[in-house]
Amino acid sequence: MFEAEVLSGGFSNPAQDSARAFRACLDAMARPGRIQQIAGAVPPAPLSPAAGAILLTLADATTPIFIAKSHDTEAVRRWIAFHCSAPVVAASDADFAIGTWDALQPVSQFAIGTAEYPDRSATLIVECEDISAPTATLSGPGIETTQTAYLPNLDAFVANSAQFPLGFDCYFTAGNQLSALPRSTKVEAL
Amino acid sequence: MTDQAYNFAYLDEATKRMIRRALLKGLAIPGYQVPFASREMPMPYGWGTGGVQVTAACLTPEDTLKVIDQGADDTTNAVSIRKFFERTAQVQTSETTAEATVIQTRHRIPEVALTEGQILVYQVPIPEPLRFLEPRESETRRMHALEEYGLMHVKLYEDIARHGAIATSYAYPVKVEGRYVMDPSPIPKFDNPKLGGNAAIQLFGAGREQRIYALPPYTDVVSLDFEDHPFDPSKADHACDLCGSEVSYLDEVITDDKGSRIFVCSDTSYCTTRQDEGHTGRLSPEGEAA
Ligand SMILES: [Zn+2]
Repeated sequence: MFEAEVLSGGFSNPAQDSARAFRACLDAMARPGRIQQIAGAVPPAPLSPAAGAILLTLADATTPIFIAKSHDTEAVRRWIAFHCSAPVVAASDADFAIGTWDALQPVSQFAIGTAEYPDRSATLIVECEDISAPTATLSGPGIETTQTAYLPNLDAFVANSAQFPLGFDCYFTAGNQLSALPRSTKVEAL
Repeated sequence: MTDQAYNFAYLDEATKRMIRRALLKGLAIPGYQVPFASREMPMPYGWGTGGVQVTAACLTPEDTLKVIDQGADDTTNAVSIRKFFERTAQVQTSETTAEATVIQTRHRIPEVALTEGQILVYQVPIPEPLRFLEPRESETRRMHALEEYGLMHVKLYEDIARHGAIATSYAYPVKVEGRYVMDPSPIPKFDNPKLGGNAAIQLFGAGREQRIYALPPYTDVVSLDFEDHPFDPSKADHACDLCGSEVSYLDEVITDDKGSRIFVCSDTSYCTTRQDEGHTGRLSPEGEAA
């Protein structure tokens, strides 16, 4: 059963499924706070199908991953190794980080890029119980006026956007849903 | 060779992942040029391999693709790119702007307002707006990092001193969200007002120069100008001779060796749609001036 769990759960049609999953990521990052559906991955718990699909779509041998305590199981490590070939590294060296918000703390440990290369920054995949109940009001690029959205915290994202163009970018995942919060978004309490 | 011999949308999965990661960073940092490792494509650089690679990384089998070259769907370049993706990504194609979910463009923004379901992909020859001031990449990168855009304003102001107006009429530089100065690709400055507040996602790919950048929907984009010389998108003082539009960007076409000229919409989809709706221009068969 264990081997089966590791070897299965990838995209059944890798090129087409990852193209569709990428469009969900693209729409999420282009329209902060709006919930998108993403499908095709069946990773071992506690990794959500949405987080699994993001990793299958974007991670590979060139993108080191940090796995926070909440998700650091043998099955998750082996699934990521088998399907993405991504090396597992310390938080400060990661291109992608996966875990619950609490387990990812302190977020100051993640790369925020440099003045000349702000793109050399981490992307956090924050696993949530539920992302459907809004807790914050967002504004900025990608948002016509304002957008309400679930965020697991407020102050951390206010501080992150204050560093623009430096900063980390986040996906929030629950089940087959995702939303995103790039560093460019301004965040206020609802 | 059968179509199964190709990767979906031609590029291999590792290359698409790399381009996709660059596109997402571009959206997170609007107007910033993200480096990427451009691949050889089976077409010359002048055909817009940067745009083609971005389109390849974005397409899903459900998409409808439109390709325009200077506003026209029927140039060799546009037809070839459309056929390329029909074959390698099995997508539908269309010449009608409103039907397309992905539009790859060279040198124009469609006249019809784009919508939230659409992605506009630009082919970019020179992504660096500061290149003509400073040839060294290390220096332009430093200037962007420090927001050192004074020289750019000096150059534009020299235009005003010399010509009484800013002479730049294509690739007119813009500032994105008050932060990065960006080259909008060689679109006429007439199109600049459509860059900002656009409902569509705008993605820019430069193949030879290996840069990707992006504008999320509704991004704040301002054409550089001066208080005493505000930005003027300017437009030919004519209506289209075929559809009578007074608001579209026009191409001047020489029709005979005596130098007779007509003015027609550069956006052929827009112009033919208007003609189909019964709009007429100076040269319409009925001779009815609009
Ligand atoms: Zn016309």
